[in-house]
Amino acid sequence: MTALAIEVRELTRVFGGFTAVDHISFDVAQGEVFGFLGANGAGKTTAIRMLTGLLQPSSGGAVVAGHDVVRETEMVKSRIGYMSQRFALYDDLTVRENAQLYGGLYGLRPAAIDVRLRGMLGRLGLERAERSIVGSLPLGWKQKLAFVVALLPEPSVVFLDEPTGGVDPITRRQFWEMIYEAAHRGTTVLVTTHYMDEAEYCDRISIMVDGRIAVMGEPATLKREAGVATIDDLFVRLARPATTGTT
Amino acid sequence: MSALSGLLRKEVYHILRDRRTLTVLVLLPVVQVILFGYSIRTDVSDVRLAIVDPAPDATTLALRDRFTASGVFRIVAVLRSERELDALFRTDTAQVAIEFEPGFAERVARGETARLLVIGDATEPNSGTARQSYVTAVVQQYESEQAGHRGGIRILPEARARFNPTRASANLFVPGLMALVLMIISALMTALSLTREKETGTLEALLVSPLRPWQIIVGKVAPYLVIGFVSVLLVLLEARLVFHVPIRGSVTLLLAEGVLFILVALALGILISARTSSQRVAMMTAMLATMLPTQILSGFVFPLESMPMPLQWLANLVPAKWFVLIARGIMLKGVGITYLWQETLVLVVMALVLMTAASRSFSARLQ
Amino acid sequence: MTLRGPSFAFLRRTTVLARAEVLHVVRDRATLAQIVMLPIIQLLVLSNATTFTIRETPVWVVDRDQSTESRGLVDRLGASGYFRIEGASMSGEPANEAMLRGDATLVLTIPTDFARDITRTGSAPVHFDVNAEKGAAAGVVQSYASQIVAAYARELEMERRPRQSLVRDVPSGMQAPTTTGGHIEAVARSWYNPALNYKHFMVPGILVALVSMIGTLVTAQNIAREKEMGTIEQLNVTPITRAEFIAAKLLPFWVLALLDLALGLAVGHLVFGVPIRGSLLLLFASAGVYLVVALGIGLFISTMVETQQQAMFVTFFLLMIYLLMGGLFTPIDSMPRWVQLLSELNPIRHFATIMRRILMKGAGLDDIARPLGILALYATLILTVAIRRYRKQTA
Repeated sequence: MTALAIEVRELTRVFGGFTAVDHISFDVAQGEVFGFLGANGAGKTTAIRMLTGLLQPSSGGAVVAGHDVVRETEMVKSRIGYMSQRFALYDDLTVRENAQLYGGLYGLRPAAIDVRLRGMLGRLGLERAERSIVGSLPLGWKQKLAFVVALLPEPSVVFLDEPTGGVDPITRRQFWEMIYEAAHRGTTVLVTTHYMDEAEYCDRISIMVDGRIAVMGEPATLKREAGVATIDDLFVRLARPATTGTT
Repeated sequence: MSALSGLLRKEVYHILRDRRTLTVLVLLPVVQVILFGYSIRTDVSDVRLAIVDPAPDATTLALRDRFTASGVFRIVAVLRSERELDALFRTDTAQVAIEFEPGFAERVARGETARLLVIGDATEPNSGTARQSYVTAVVQQYESEQAGHRGGIRILPEARARFNPTRASANLFVPGLMALVLMIISALMTALSLTREKETGTLEALLVSPLRPWQIIVGKVAPYLVIGFVSVLLVLLEARLVFHVPIRGSVTLLLAEGVLFILVALALGILISARTSSQRVAMMTAMLATMLPTQILSGFVFPLESMPMPLQWLANLVPAKWFVLIARGIMLKGVGITYLWQETLVLVVMALVLMTAASRSFSARLQ
Repeated sequence: MTLRGPSFAFLRRTTVLARAEVLHVVRDRATLAQIVMLPIIQLLVLSNATTFTIRETPVWVVDRDQSTESRGLVDRLGASGYFRIEGASMSGEPANEAMLRGDATLVLTIPTDFARDITRTGSAPVHFDVNAEKGAAAGVVQSYASQIVAAYARELEMERRPRQSLVRDVPSGMQAPTTTGGHIEAVARSWYNPALNYKHFMVPGILVALVSMIGTLVTAQNIAREKEMGTIEQLNVTPITRAEFIAAKLLPFWVLALLDLALGLAVGHLVFGVPIRGSLLLLFASAGVYLVVALGIGLFISTMVETQQQAMFVTFFLLMIYLLMGGLFTPIDSMPRWVQLLSELNPIRHFATIMRRILMKGAGLDDIARPLGILALYATLILTVAIRRYRKQTA
């Protein structure tokens, strides 16, 4: 049995009177690609923040990469990678400088960083980007490069928060190929997205509605059980009662 | 018109929600009045005096007593030689020192001149000179009495201060402070507000809306106009209550000139925002082009006559300089428009020029 | 695994982030301008503008006596170099007008019986009306005028002495006055600034202000911007510790501020002639300590705000209070007691004191021990507080 990369138990976060994340529990196995789906505002980003140690849970807990997120927050951080929704790389630095920064923060030596970076860029055909200022690159490249940099320290778990926002379908497809590759090499990937078609790419998915996990499982299984053709249909069915109060 | 009121409402919400900026904007003038009132002084009191008296005698002791009795000086050390004086000055233990020459009383008795060195710490020239003057005054008074005893000449100056009977510095800076407050609010805040809309891209949305450009400007700028006005009233009120600053002239005229100045500042703010694209650059430009000149070159703290000629000419370009002249005239001297029409004219011309430039820049951006 | 051990990791993480910070600054023209250009402009303009030097004061004379003696006094005043006779009249009205217009700062009124009173009783009054709008200058102007009047009295006395000693009775018991009469002469000496050059006083103060601006404002803005843009999250999720993050953020600006100080000092010395009588090493060491305080305050501010604009405003507000009450432009000794006491809490005050003592008086370590010690205390305090407040978490 493979070890669990992420174990979540009754994780909860309350902001004043509003419960953003409501007692969620799930597991993610090592090497899995787990899709964390839900509409905007359903609580996905808050959940990720708690799992990456950026936010303290109100109650409940989680173990990520073998460490407790509440009691061993810094240890968790040293084992994971993260790509935030708002920001990927520093626009005014070059790709290499960004890599040297993040790699260095995780303890990598400069030479090692260069080697890894070049290797990864080569595999993607983005060698030319190494010395370019990030701000001058097209959005699709930026997203991919951010992922590359997040993977540099070879973390065991990587959290991606809406990584494919605003890019064209071809770039999205390429991005998912990168995710698969990382998973093949043993990295666990937890990715949040509101593109329901990307759900089909994941090993397992969960759909969050109003802070709770409404369904969880393999995409094919879920579709069959619900009798729908796409995850999108499934989502719409789940989301509608929550927003309008009618079935 | 409802579109405009909608914009106005949004601006007001913006301002009200940003509590920290609002607090600073409101507190700033209030605090500044107090600060300026108490800090910009060069009156001299409780002067720390050191005495170097190598050979004390009747006269030196008599003079020393005079200093103690004066109430202005406090003797911090009595030394035998000048050598130790430097150390006292270096730690600011003493601010001024007197050094008697040996055989003082003898020389006076023989009818010769007895010299006494008045050594001032001239690091800050005016205080240094003032302290020396006070020392000299005590000596002269002593001298005068001795002269009276022996039938010498005494000319007695009686001094009276005009326009500022309490010599409170508040009267001096309140006009300048009003200018500064108005500048900050009208120019700086306007520039920042407009640039922020540019940065976040919402300005384009506004331009595309049914609102006409002038409505956008009025909508963004009007709240600040009101805040500016309220701020100035607060300043005047505080100055009146705490420092008893008078308004000898017409309040209406003062407020009218204030509005004129606000227009100049607003135009400046809009001009700056039309030319810059990021908040930080706007802030820096505003500081350089509005606040710094207002603080330094308007004559409100540092007297213009003391500056080198090139700077005095430069000061003529600073709107605040003219407003300070006007405000001081109205408040302290009680003069009316007949005395101040030239300065007012300058402000009017500045307002027209800047407003034209601002609207031109603004519409240029639309193309 | 490539970590070499905890202590080296600390160094590496801090260095790596600090290097990125430096790159940010170098690549950002706006910040560069803020740090390099602005201070230079300010230094040049401010050094020339911020002066309270009193030049020729315009005087209006109302001479109601029109005697030799009264005219002699007026001449004396005009020849002194401190005053310029703007106009003269027999009545007070034109004088009033002149004051109102701002054409005259001082009005000297010599009463009708001036010469007669002097001859008969040996003493006569004169009146000064000072335009106190000039504030501080008014006191000094009056003082100068009084001194000139006293000197003139002496002069008159000298002229009359030979005749008077023949006329007056010598009261018994007193020594007969001789031809010149025993006289006390007070000679003024100005130490540390004999030329009374205001720039020597102002420039160190301006430098302190500039350096504080860079230290505090830029730091506060910097971190506030990261918060505003969300880039700070990406750093918070890495293994970097609070102390390392803060060190990496502050270090580049600490160095930059010191460089700016050096540059400003060079300009001050070469262009304005500000003396450097003490040890530069001591000066920069003190500056280093002071900058920790300034930066710490910037850091603290950044933990309290959410946007850049707020950072700028709060910093500016705070700095203004510190600058005004720090004795930079007006001496602390002139302020009321309670203000002087409060200024002990003001790090700018202590640094300005240190600067001026070292530069102008050649002070050594023991002369600045007190302010330096206070700064060191504040440095430790502010850093501790700021580090505690800064948390690697959002909300």
